[in-house]
Amino acid sequence: MKIINNTQCCNTVSNNPDAGNAAEKNNGMRRYILYAIPVLVIWWLIYQRLSEFSHAVTYRLLNLPEGNHLSSAIEFFLYETPKVLMLLVLVVFGVGIIRSFFTPEKTRRILAGKKESLGNILAALLGIVTPFCSCSAVPLFIGFVTTGVPLGVTFSFLISAPMVNEIALVLLYGLFGWKIAAIYLGTGLLIAMIAGWVIGRLRMERHLEDWVLQIQAGGNGMVEEHLNWEDRIRYGFDAVKEIVGKVWIYVVLGIAVGAGIHGYVPEGFMASIMGKGAWWSVPIAVLIGIPMYSNAAGIIPVVHALIEKGAALGTVLAFMMSVIALSLPEMVILRKVLKPALIATFAGVVGFGILIVGYLFNILI
Amino acid sequence: MEIKVLGPGCAKCKQTEEIVRQVVAEEGIAADIEKVTDIMKIAGYGIFGTPAVIVDGEVKCVGKIPKKEEIKTWIKK
Repeated sequence: MKIINNTQCCNTVSNNPDAGNAAEKNNGMRRYILYAIPVLVIWWLIYQRLSEFSHAVTYRLLNLPEGNHLSSAIEFFLYETPKVLMLLVLVVFGVGIIRSFFTPEKTRRILAGKKESLGNILAALLGIVTPFCSCSAVPLFIGFVTTGVPLGVTFSFLISAPMVNEIALVLLYGLFGWKIAAIYLGTGLLIAMIAGWVIGRLRMERHLEDWVLQIQAGGNGMVEEHLNWEDRIRYGFDAVKEIVGKVWIYVVLGIAVGAGIHGYVPEGFMASIMGKGAWWSVPIAVLIGIPMYSNAAGIIPVVHALIEKGAALGTVLAFMMSVIALSLPEMVILRKVLKPALIATFAGVVGFGILIVGYLFNILI
Repeated sequence: MEIKVLGPGCAKCKQTEEIVRQVVAEEGIAADIEKVTDIMKIAGYGIFGTPAVIVDGEVKCVGKIPKKEEIKTWIKK
């Protein structure tokens, strides 16, 4: 807290001549690094001991008997909650700093006038690092389309930005390990690239609402902000405050539900419903996912528990992607700029991509 | 002075409007503050994200809630 207060002081004197100010900012920077090292070491030491901690609390402090449902659920909860939250804070901070280098405006400039295939690849990748919130989807969409970013490339961005994000990746890494996180990252990007490319090929520009095309090319001469490292670090802190402040409750609830499933649902229970044998489970998972609107934070801990009880990975990934990438509220917002045919194509192409991913992983793993 | 807060009505946009009104009141500046919620109008300003703040036709801030100090520098001219 103290660190943050200090920076605000620095900021209020920014009317002073630049020279003195720069020196002060430099000091601030050094101070940050001095703080950062011990904080990281402490973070790591705590992180290493979480398993011991949850075990000790469950069986010694609470004195619960080993091997029953309740203690198993409590140990799971006490281990996973701090672990995921700690990872989340660290990664959101890091990504926050990376994001300070990418604004939607910069992303637009990179994408404007790019050829389709290369554009789709870039757009999907930029979707990971460009700050984006779904309530900005429409202005961003219009901004892109009216200033020379091809429609398909815009869609690659719009699919990737919510689906492949740091929160999903942290949770997947924390709960399943890096392989699954990498698979999710890879297939998520691939879906965004290919779906955007397909939409571009279909030449659906005329299915934009008419008023969109009448809008004068934007670019309202927004002054680029010049950020120094201290600003970027503050950006990282803000991201932590905002994102972790918003999602922690979902993480805790999600893990609590997960813990319940972990402790009480019998082993292999999900195998019959969501297992590999049930071919119909993938499309149903996608369909159920569409009206569900949750962020990655809330859905992944539940997903974790499902997999543990025998649900197939592909089915579960498909469910997750569908919940995140095909959300009904977002489509309602997009309806203002897209005609129904284009929305249906968007949902269809993305849904189809998710289906393939689901089946692929059920076959492969 | 004419201040426009652009946002379709998400939580951040409401906060932005509140904080802008607060700063204007604190500084005792006469300003017309207008909240633009219509998505078509917002798009017409050529911005890429919401909330956005426009002071006398100049885009000051896009995609984030401005800090009080920032708003002060925009309106003290």
